[in-house]
Amino acid sequence: MTTLHVDGKTYTADTAGRNLLEVCLSLGLNVPYFCWHPAFRSVGACRQCAVKVFKDEKDVRGRLEMACLIPVTDGMRVAIDDPEAVAFRAKVIEWLMVNHPHDCPVCDEGGECHLQDMTVMTGHVYRAYRFSKRTHRDQDLGPFVNMEMNRCIQCYRCVRFYRDYAGGRDFDVHGWHDHVTFGRHEDGILESPFSGNLVEVCPTGVFTDKSLKHHYTRKWDLQTAPSVCPHCGLGCNTFPGERYGTLRRVMPRYNGEVNGYFLCDRGRYGYEFVNSRNRIRRPLQRDHTGPVEVSKEEALALAGTVLQSRKVIGIGSPRASLEANFALRALVGPDRFYHGVTDKELRLVRTLSALLKRGQARTPSLREVESCDAILILGEDVTNTAPLLELALRQAVLQKPKADALKLGIYEWLDECLREAMQDQRGPMIVATPDRTALDSLASRTVRAAPADLARLGFAVAHALDPTAPPVPSLTPDTLALAEGIAAALRTGRRPLVVSGYGCGSEAVAEAAANVAWALCRTGSTASLCFTVPECNSMGTAMLPGESLDAAVAEISNGTADALIVLENDLYRRAESGSVETLLGARQVIVLDHLAHVTASRATLVLPAATIAEGSGTFINNEGRAQRSFQVFVPPDDIQASWRWLAELMPHSTRPWKGLDDVLAALADAVPAFKEIPDIAPSADFRLTGQKVPRQSSRYSGRTAMTADLSVQEPKPPVDLDAPFAFSMEGSRAHPPSSLIPRFWAPQWNSVQAVNKYQFKTGGALRDGDPGRRLIEPPEGEPTPYSVSIPAAFVARPYRCLVLPAWHIFGSDELSLHSPGIAARAPGPYVALNPVDLGRLGLAEGQAVTLSVGVASRVCSVIVAPDLPVGVARTPAGLPGLPALALPAWGGIAAVGGHSPPASQHAAGVPPVAGNEQDAHTATENTNATSGSPGERGGAP
Amino acid sequence: MPLIERPLTQNIRPGQEPPDLRAYERAGGYEGLRKALTLDPKTVQDWVTRANVMGRGGAGFPAGHKWASVPMGPEAARPKYVVVNADEMEPGTMKDRLLMEGDPHQVIEGALVCAYAIQADVVYIFLRNEYKLSEQRLCKAIAEAYASNYAGPKVLGSPWSVELRLHTSAGRYMCGEKSGILNALEGKRAIPRAKPPRTAVSGLWGKPTVVNNVETLANVHHIIRHGWEWFRSLSHTEEGGTKLYGVSGPVNRPGVWEMPMGTTVREILEGCAGGMRPGHTFRGLLPGGASTPFLTEEHLDTRMDFASMHQIGSQLGTGTMIVMDDKTCPVGLLYGLETFFARESCGWCTPCREGLPWVARTLEAIEAGHGKPEDMEVLDSHVKFLSGHNTFCELAPGAMMPLKSALKAFRADFERHISEKRCPWRTG
Repeated sequence: MTTLHVDGKTYTADTAGRNLLEVCLSLGLNVPYFCWHPAFRSVGACRQCAVKVFKDEKDVRGRLEMACLIPVTDGMRVAIDDPEAVAFRAKVIEWLMVNHPHDCPVCDEGGECHLQDMTVMTGHVYRAYRFSKRTHRDQDLGPFVNMEMNRCIQCYRCVRFYRDYAGGRDFDVHGWHDHVTFGRHEDGILESPFSGNLVEVCPTGVFTDKSLKHHYTRKWDLQTAPSVCPHCGLGCNTFPGERYGTLRRVMPRYNGEVNGYFLCDRGRYGYEFVNSRNRIRRPLQRDHTGPVEVSKEEALALAGTVLQSRKVIGIGSPRASLEANFALRALVGPDRFYHGVTDKELRLVRTLSALLKRGQARTPSLREVESCDAILILGEDVTNTAPLLELALRQAVLQKPKADALKLGIYEWLDECLREAMQDQRGPMIVATPDRTALDSLASRTVRAAPADLARLGFAVAHALDPTAPPVPSLTPDTLALAEGIAAALRTGRRPLVVSGYGCGSEAVAEAAANVAWALCRTGSTASLCFTVPECNSMGTAMLPGESLDAAVAEISNGTADALIVLENDLYRRAESGSVETLLGARQVIVLDHLAHVTASRATLVLPAATIAEGSGTFINNEGRAQRSFQVFVPPDDIQASWRWLAELMPHSTRPWKGLDDVLAALADAVPAFKEIPDIAPSADFRLTGQKVPRQSSRYSGRTAMTADLSVQEPKPPVDLDAPFAFSMEGSRAHPPSSLIPRFWAPQWNSVQAVNKYQFKTGGALRDGDPGRRLIEPPEGEPTPYSVSIPAAFVARPYRCLVLPAWHIFGSDELSLHSPGIAARAPGPYVALNPVDLGRLGLAEGQAVTLSVGVASRVCSVIVAPDLPVGVARTPAGLPGLPALALPAWGGIAAVGGHSPPASQHAAGVPPVAGNEQDAHTATENTNATSGSPGERGGAP
Repeated sequence: MPLIERPLTQNIRPGQEPPDLRAYERAGGYEGLRKALTLDPKTVQDWVTRANVMGRGGAGFPAGHKWASVPMGPEAARPKYVVVNADEMEPGTMKDRLLMEGDPHQVIEGALVCAYAIQADVVYIFLRNEYKLSEQRLCKAIAEAYASNYAGPKVLGSPWSVELRLHTSAGRYMCGEKSGILNALEGKRAIPRAKPPRTAVSGLWGKPTVVNNVETLANVHHIIRHGWEWFRSLSHTEEGGTKLYGVSGPVNRPGVWEMPMGTTVREILEGCAGGMRPGHTFRGLLPGGASTPFLTEEHLDTRMDFASMHQIGSQLGTGTMIVMDDKTCPVGLLYGLETFFARESCGWCTPCREGLPWVARTLEAIEAGHGKPEDMEVLDSHVKFLSGHNTFCELAPGAMMPLKSALKAFRADFERHISEKRCPWRTG
């Protein structure tokens, strides 16, 4: 601890590795700044954080120093309120105002503008500049980010985020002297999947949220609550904001362990499904005459009849909350509850979850990923399967060169100096995937192989690290040398990390990744093991007992069930249409969901379910972190949380649940793995200084007017039975527990920068700990036995390709595709092939082909992927309107209208061994090993 | 061997081709490098330190100290670099050009001695884009130096190898700034860098680097050849060696001369440059380029060295003075200078980027007769705030030097512009 004297007061603070500005902010002192950012730290460009520093107590003159550039020394004497410092800081604002248009009333940033806050803080009120201002031409940067360059104050944070932090290449600083601009070299869509963060990184209104512009609302008029992003498995924390019943935007909610200050563009811009015209707003009954709207009571009665008279099974969903899945399970009975995913996916996610629970390697938070220094990525294109993980890995590869640079005596907050010293040095990161990834450019080594070979490589690396790990039979000398090289690189790390997940759809790849991490642990490293999971609650629902969709199909087809309740799930996205038809052929189908999708259109009864912004619930992310997401606003019409619908369907006599806490208590009671779930956030009866936490800011306007067209009487705010939040501007303004923070705001800090006031250390944890609770910790005691099921090497097959899913940040997620900006960036249907396969199959780039997998097929165009291994194809996963292909699986590719090689007669996902395959007679001689689908276990080695 | 008194310019014959390698060698060229190669690198550093060569680029940092802070030995990071700052963009300054055009081998030899002293692997000469003749002559000299193995692998049979490269700048004032030059060489924007680390530890491409001015380096092989005692004896003061002094403006003989360090302003102005042209009365001069404060009549007997100029509140800078007479409007002169500085600001830090254009436009308004009394406050406040550590680098404080001194020495002229709503120097 260091003692320092600021403005005559004495403070003690932990100042290790922190500059004077950071220490002052953490002490609650207001020092204005622009170019410093807690994630990218200092460069000293804006000169706004000037303070007076005195040599000793005899020094009365002192000298102005930029607080962001200098360390704190013991006994240091600092004056923030020194007249010269005050005057200089006001002067800096005056300089910035020379060219700033001061158009706050028409600026989207107004009310949450860091420049406004800092201007008020410095006391600058009169601008002496009397000449004309410079103006710039703005660029169209695509659907996500709006540009208004005249407002720029040249803090350089945008370019530092976009290029240095996020690795984007199509954005830079241009021009010179007082004509510096930031942007692309020409108009065009920003390529980085993290471009939306420019909105908060920019301290003023240069970069603003373009989606918000379409339904603009001031920050103070938005109703907000802490929420969790539903668009991938990472569980980034968000603040959705609502006004007049529509969701206006989503902003990142700081969680030091998860997403930090940032969000990916899918998470930020994917919210518009909430406002979709395809929303189901009222219960719909469908009979032979077509769909009819029914009242809530009628709907409940109809559903009640079905439940009483039919043999009902329930189908859950990995994108629905734990509470919703559990309520369904409780309603239909545990043995009649089925997971809403195929057997293949359920097995895969359960394998991932089991590997994390079983082994000594810890599942890291994204913050911990950032601190890892030697990385193996096995089979995962993280940009597209877990976008923010890419951002974390981009920081992780800097750990090693940063440690070296610090030895030169560079202060660790001097960002430019560190980057200068590091140059293009990167720590070891091996990217072993089927095709190119965005992280290749940072990789110390890239490996391209089919999933089975990736798994074999992983097993070989584990064996190279620890000879007691199972050896891989019949490895080529090249692969052996490669494995030893990778093992050596991982051994150099102090905190090595292995990343894998669902991307390849292969349990063997995940098991191999776990073996590597465990081998590192057994040989003395503190290795982490990070798995991606497909959806926001894949990890959570997989922990619930229950069988897969395939088993549900069997129930319906063999008649042991004749009605089903489908929870927040478009089954056509999950399984091939034949199985779905069997399921939906049940006598009664009740669907609860947000959007009118194909499954809902086949239901006999549709119940309007709340989106994540309209109901509270719990989600478990890939790390195994359970996080509570709170309702932001009261949805219109009959929409309510799925778990509430399901609770209301329970017989009166046994209906025990009034609110979320009751569901959580029952869940904790019923499933031992979830016994801590109720405690991850305060319950509904929690009160802060005797009051609820208001969802509306103290400046929320229009409270008495917004419904005056209906009634001049101000309506009573709705009551929230589920959370200690009020749908009101009334309530406690004290700092709530971190899981209940509805927005970051502090006196004088109206922008997101107010988050500094919620941390003990800038960039560190929120004051009472980051939200969420980890449910998975490595077990103590004896090391877990290694996985031993090593697949046979991949062998290409004539006429056929192993079709892998190609995940797309924009395109593979069901809900975010309802945002026009995201839909515009989704790929069309394609199949990517190696040029060799292109020649082998007699196809040309751009040609329309039919891709057949099992009984499903899709028409798509051919693109060339030179890195893809021969015999492997990729096609986008999750695109709308395309038949679900249960990938990976062997498939045939033929020109549209041309002759197609014979398709497999076996259903996708359960291909026979090669010897039984129709085309096996043409396989190469060394195809003697059992060669299953890469997602499957191969023959015994 | 008679000791020389004008080492830097001994081979320079204005209007003639510079000495080629053979001619340079005949005049004793590369003897300094040959001798240095027989010495321990640390000894070379030590001699340069003892010679007290102050950096001739303007900052006056002792070259020997700079070299001595480079990490040495087998553990030191490699490659190490020497960057010859030949981006002579200070207004009124043309001394390095004289050296490069007049005796390019001398510059190269100095740079090689420096490279040997810090055991550098690569020497970059960072040349101002407009110096086309320097470029030609340096190119030829570099080729000759390689051909005779003064540069390249195993220099003159020693175990030390060095590469020698000429880089012509894209042309910005900031490229000559001591750390901006490194960014420029790396192909980045020529913005300055923060410290620590020092350039000697993490400079070009993050490696140990010495950046020295052309004139500074042109001295060092003479020091090795003739000894540091000789070098110090050349000077009138503690700061060793001779200095290239220049005069431009309405004087009888504008030019550049090599004189003992510490020659007085008057000796240079009246002796070398032959005094003011008939009909022109001296009003003031900027002693070392545009970013140094005005000297007036009372300062003319001051010695032109770093310490003496500092004592009277001015700076030696590059030692090349710009003279202002009574026929020049000081406001117009300042407007020209500040426009230059505003345009050359890199745009990195706020005070410089926004302050200098404001100053320039205010001066423009005053000069055009649109000045307002409060404009003087604007100028005064910029002089006050664009100083010290308030800006990221020395550009804006340098730009304020002539303004600050002019507001003191010629304030009445500024006020006349404002009260008369016109420039009194403009006729008609």
